[in-house]
Amino acid sequence: MEIIVTLVLLAFGYIFGQYHEKKHFKALRKRERRLIKLPVEVGTFKEDCDDMKGVLVSGHVVIGSDYFKNFVTNLKGLFGGQMGHYERLVDRGRREAILRMKEEAKKIKATRIVNLRIETSRVGNIHNKRNSLPCVEVFAYGTALIEKRSFERT
Amino acid sequence: MEITNIENIPGKTIVEHFGVVLGSSVRAKHAGRDLMAGLKNIVGGELAGYTELLRESRKEAQTRMIAQAKSVGANAIVNVRFSTSSITAGAAEILCYGTAVKVK
Repeated sequence: MEIIVTLVLLAFGYIFGQYHEKKHFKALRKRERRLIKLPVEVGTFKEDCDDMKGVLVSGHVVIGSDYFKNFVTNLKGLFGGQMGHYERLVDRGRREAILRMKEEAKKIKATRIVNLRIETSRVGNIHNKRNSLPCVEVFAYGTALIEKRSFERT
Repeated sequence: MEITNIENIPGKTIVEHFGVVLGSSVRAKHAGRDLMAGLKNIVGGELAGYTELLRESRKEAQTRMIAQAKSVGANAIVNVRFSTSSITAGAAEILCYGTAVKVK
């Protein structure tokens, strides 16, 4: 009985997981293209810009893996090596978080984001080994710079 | 209250430092949410319940930090950093800290 349940879950996880992942990557590419004109920098802000206003913007997402991936990755963990499934998972999370931050910045008419910081952490039942669900939280934040002129207008 | 995570407030000069201010918040979702997240974990994707939880949590931490800054007489916070740690199953602590300053 347990084997059947596991197989069904695996099939579900595989079908929906792949579907969600493909859809998400497609959406990410589309949104990234739309926001390409809003540059994000990691470095700190050095120049002296009197006509700018700085506002903290952030974006975050909690993203979970699917049953199939967990299963495959657990097997793979025995042999070591690259874990492509999890790499793609955190990649999705990171891009989504950065995009949400950029969307927030765009809403307040920012022209640039400086000092980007990205933070990744695990959430969920991490102390419960048996039901441990791999889900990560990615949080991206930075300072959006708004030109005073456009700020005063709004 | 102006908040940035860079060393200054663009277009303004810092006239006074007040030191570190911080705010933190520990929150958990009710068991129903945890169950939903567990189910969602079968098919993968975004766990909206947890995303919302952490957003509220972060907002709360930020509000507390701002309240502390206000109480010492600051009008801006620079160099803000966030950190997250998991304390127990299903609960997360969000810490938010920065330097309270007065700008002109």
